[in-house]
This record gives sequence, structure tokens and C-alpha cells, in this order.
Amino acid sequence: MAEVLVVVEQLDGVVAKPTFELLTLARRLGDPVAVVLGAGADEAASALGQYGAGTVISVQDPAFEEFLVAPKAEALAQVVQSVQPAAVLLTSTLESKEIAARLAVRVGSGLITDATDVRSDGSTTQTVFAGNWSVTAQVRTGVPVITVKANSTAAEAAPVDAAVRELPVTISEASRTARIIKSEPKKASGRPELTEAAIVVSGGRGTGGDFGPVEALADALGAAVGASRAAVDSGWYPHSYQVGQTGKTVSPQLYIAAGISGAIQHRAGMQTSKAIVAINKDPEAPIFALADLGVVGDLHTVLPAVTAEITARKS
Amino acid sequence: MRIVVLVKYVPDATGERSFAADGTVDRAAADGLLSELDEYAIEQALQIADEGDDVEVVAMTLGPDDAADAIKRSLQMGASAGIHINDEAVHGSDSLATSTVLAAAIAKAEPDLVVCGMASTDGAMGVVPAMIAERLGWPGLTFGATLSVSGDTVSIRRDGDVASQTIEASLPAVVSVTDQSGEARYPSMKGILAAKKKPVQHWALADLGVEPAIVGLAAASSTVLETTPRPPKEAGRIVPDSDGAGSAALVDFLSAGKYI
Ligand SMILES: Cc1cc2nc3c(=O)[nH]c(=O)nc-3n(C[C@H](O)[C@H](O)[C@H](O)COP(=O)(O)OP(=O)(O)OC[C@H]3O[C@@H](n4cnc5c(N)ncnc54)[C@H](O)[C@@H]3O)c2cc1C
Ligand SMILES: Nc1ncnc2c1ncn2[C@@H]1O[C@H](COP(=O)(O)O)[C@@H](O)[C@H]1O
Repeated sequence: MAEVLVVVEQLDGVVAKPTFELLTLARRLGDPVAVVLGAGADEAASALGQYGAGTVISVQDPAFEEFLVAPKAEALAQVVQSVQPAAVLLTSTLESKEIAARLAVRVGSGLITDATDVRSDGSTTQTVFAGNWSVTAQVRTGVPVITVKANSTAAEAAPVDAAVRELPVTISEASRTARIIKSEPKKASGRPELTEAAIVVSGGRGTGGDFGPVEALADALGAAVGASRAAVDSGWYPHSYQVGQTGKTVSPQLYIAAGISGAIQHRAGMQTSKAIVAINKDPEAPIFALADLGVVGDLHTVLPAVTAEITARKS
Repeated sequence: MRIVVLVKYVPDATGERSFAADGTVDRAAADGLLSELDEYAIEQALQIADEGDDVEVVAMTLGPDDAADAIKRSLQMGASAGIHINDEAVHGSDSLATSTVLAAAIAKAEPDLVVCGMASTDGAMGVVPAMIAERLGWPGLTFGATLSVSGDTVSIRRDGDVASQTIEASLPAVVSVTDQSGEARYPSMKGILAAKKKPVQHWALADLGVEPAIVGLAAASSTVLETTPRPPKEAGRIVPDSDGAGSAALVDFLSAGKYI
């Protein structure tokens, strides 16, 4: 059967959940081959094998850490040349989409970004225009390069033994131009990753700047915390937690919006959530049109009451 | 120094957007405007021009006749000239073809710096800047929350999820900036009047040496099979929170859905 490349998202050998989703989708198209760009392949191999990757290609070059994106795209193009896969699947992070874009140019392939489904014939589904339309599309030139949004499918295990194979690459001078001269790590929140979480609790301008009740409910539910742009622009929550057109798109099982009006740019980032709950003082707030359950009330009383009840039930 | 800002004309996101029969964005159905995210790119270019001597800001768009509005708005904000690439053959182009045409136009315009928005508000792929950098072989500094130029060095700060990075490169380079880079200025009365006298060049594919056969819908490297509007969402339950009824309903909802 044809091989399908899956570009692994991982940190120090710990594989991120969306990669397992990619491997699950890849099995519809052929035999998944995982590609680790940078260190970590040996540590990641057994987890990747759990989801059907019989081969893990390890590609290492110091340029990956010294320069932005271009070296990874050049390396991946060489992997594609060597493996001649039926398709290349990547996650839909900013960096992966850029790798995908540059790869598509390099190997002369069609590109589909932010797919929410990939079928066995290679056709994909995307939601566009703030989630109001669904598009089915298919690449018809070259090796299809497809980026898939997190939480698009449930990861299903299909254990095999994974063998790690080193693949040497050459990175040209042309890819060594955008130099990373400083990198300040951000501190982790300790909560689930926003795009991967099963539940997201988001706060907006209605929080008045106090995210305490939002965080408390999130922790009671084991959820991630999100924010509207109004909350981020006010400096109440970091930008990496913004949900919407210019932030993250999330597709959790449950999205709880507290003190968020539901502007089109916010909806663009959460409209595909399986269930939506809104808490808002204003009965006319557009977010209620999306909600499976809407609570018209003050989030400062509703959220703590719900958190207290959940905590009481747990003990 | 010459800066080219890439600006796209898009259907208004707050209006009804839809698809035409050929699977392309229906540009006749909705009012169009300069993509809001490209205003941030113009703003950053204008700030460089405000601070430097002899900086020319050229707004470049690829699009149909109506896309002239995107150039007009850029000129009103303060860009000094415009380039409108308009060719019947381009209709239906995918990101690969779009980047081919824009890269050829940039090569012809010979700027020192190209500034783009982070993503267009219609296609929203956010890939054209990286593709252009790849095609030109220029450094690509993408998703900048800040942008600065000093001598022939350009640098951005890129705020990722795990780290905030500072990226540096030599000119010429391609940059994209996010909506974190700072609010865009509003055209002044003076700017609106001055815009009328600013030069706009019109280029077709022949001026760029791009073969019409490699762009447009027929040459697109991916094809749209179907477009379907999302079915309207069934009305949910709305509960006023009097006497704790709202929080009780929410707890019931969470427990029924096995979230707790
Ligand atoms: C190009 C562009 C990109 C954008 N990208 C994004 C994006 O990625 N994400 C995003 O979120 N926005 C984005 N926006 C902004 C978007 O248009 C809205 O301005 C923003 O989403 C509003 O945030 P909000 O709902 O928190 O604030 P508001 O619209 O001010 O709504 C606050 C809500 O809180 C309610 N409220 C107030 N007090 C309480 C209380 N005590 N209890 C309960 N409810 C209360 C109010 O009734 C109101 O409905 C973008 C805009 C543009 C132009
Ligand atoms: N047709 C176009 N004309 C001019 N600039 C464009 C065009 N398409 C994309 N761009 C630029 O590329 C950026 C990203 O677009 P996209 O990859 O389509 O999301 C935009 O913000 C613009 O700066």
C-alpha cells in the first residue's frame, strides 16, 4: 500500500494529540510514516507506533532551531522526494501551515489547509466563512499536502512496532536567512492545550478583567481557558489564548462562552464546537443564536455557583 | 527604500458571503473592501516611512476591477503609489498561482521590503506570504507582532505558543504582520483628497511574463467538489438566571452531557 507522511508535532519526544488524529486519518489513505523534524524521534517512536506508524523517519539539522521554517520545509521536500508518498498530512498550527505552503511550492503540489476531514479518496472537508459554509475539495496536482485542524477526528489506536530510520538532508544557504536571534519560552498554564481540549471555557469583556471565575470553572471541568479579542486587547489574558479569526480555532466537545457577545470574528474560531453554552447578561447577544444552552445572567454569579456545585458533586 | 504592501480586496466579513457556481468566492454577492488584516500591513509600512527618509510605500493588489478600491483605500491611508494587477485569466487562481503572479510582480517592482497581512479575511489560509518568500528565495519573516527596519536589517517579534521569538534578516525580505502590531490609522480628509492624484499602474500577466495557462481556475492544483451552507442551528434552550435557575440548568446540562 502507498505510504502517507505524517509530520509529527512533538516536544522533547512527547507527541501532541493532533498527531495521533493525523495518523488515524492517514490510515484511510495508506500506510502512515511519521516524520520527526528535529530531536525526539527515538522517544516518540513507541507512541507513534501505537497509532499505526510502522516507520518513523528522523530528520535532524541544527538549522531547524537557528532559522524560521524554511529549513524544515526544505528537509521535508527531500523526505517527500525519497519516500514518494501518496499524501503529506500536517497539523494546522501556524508553523505547520507555513511548512506546508513552502513544501507545496517546492514539490509543485496542491495544498489544502485547515481540513476537518480527509476521506479515503483524498477528498477533504473544510469549514469556511466563519463556519457558515462547508467545502469539499480535492488536490489534483502532485502529492496532496493537507493540514488538518485539531479535534477533527477521534484518534484510534492501531498498534504496530515502529522502527526509527535516520534520513540525512542538506539545507541550502537560501533557507538560512530568517535567523532566530532570541527565543523566550512562555510559561505553561498547566491546563490542556487550547486547540486540543475537550472542553473550553472562554471569557470576554463581560468578565470585567477578572478571569478568576472562568479559570475556576475550567479547572473544575479539566478544561482549557480561552478569551475574546476584547479581553486580550484589554490586557486581561495573553494573546495565545485568543479564540477567533486572528486567534485559535477550536472545535471542542463543549465550548462555554462567558461575557462574550459573539461577533462574527469570534464565531469564526468556535462555531464548529460540538456543543455551545453561553452566559451573558444581554438576552439579545448574538452568541445565544449558536447556543445549545443559553443562560441570561451575570457570569459573576452563574460561574461560581456552577463551579461550587461541580466541586460538591466530586467530593 | 521602497516597500511594497500586498493588499487584498475581499467580501465584507460582516455581510452574507457565498460561493459562485464555479466554486469560487462570489465576489458580486457581497460588498467588497480592503481586507482589514492588510490595513495592519499598511500601517506598519507607513510607520517605517514616517520615521525614515525617502521611503516609498507602494500598495499592490491582484484582483478584478473592483479591487481598485483596496488600492484607493491604501492611498488614502498614506501609501504613495499603487499597482493593480488585473487579468481575466487570473479568476479562480489558488494560493499557488496567486503567489506565482505576485512574486513575478514583486520581482518587477524591485522593492527592498514586502509587507503582507497575516491572512486574508476570505480565504484565511495565511500562506501566500510564505509562498512568495519561497518563490523569490527571500527571507520570510511571518506573523510579526512588531516590525522594525534598521539599515538593511529587518526584524520582527513572533509570538508563538511555546516561545516568543525575535527574527532577523537582511533585505530584501517578505514580512507578514498580525493584528497585534497596532491599530491602523484612519484616512484623513487631506489623505482622501491627496489619494486622487497618486499614480496607479495597471499590469496584466503579459507585463509580468506569466503564462496565462498556469493560473486561473483551470490550472488550480486543487478543485472544489462541493460547497454547502451550514444548516441553521436549531434554537437552543434559553434560561433566565433568576433564583439560580440558570446555574441549575447549566449543571443539569453538564451532567446530562457527561461533562462532569
Ligand atoms: C480583523 C478582525 C479580527 C478579529 N479577530 C477576533 C478574534 O480572533 N477573536 C475575537 O474574539 N474577536 C475578534 N475580533 C473582534 C470582534 O469583532 C469583537 O470585537 C470581539 O469578539 C468582542 O469581544 P467580546 O464579546 O468579549 O466583547 P463585547 O462585544 O463587548 O461583548 C461583551 C459581552 O459581555 C456581556 N456582559 C457584560 N457584563 C457581563 C456580566 N457581568 N455577565 C455576563 N455577561 C456580561 C455583554 O452583554 C456583551 O454581550 C476581530 C475583529 C476584527 C476587525
Ligand atoms: N490577491 C491578492 N492581492 C494582494 N495581496 C494578496 C492577495 N492574496 C493574498 N495576499 C497577501 O497575502 C496575505 C495572506 O493571504 P492568504 O494566504 O490568502 O490568507 C494577505 O494578507 C495579503 O497581504
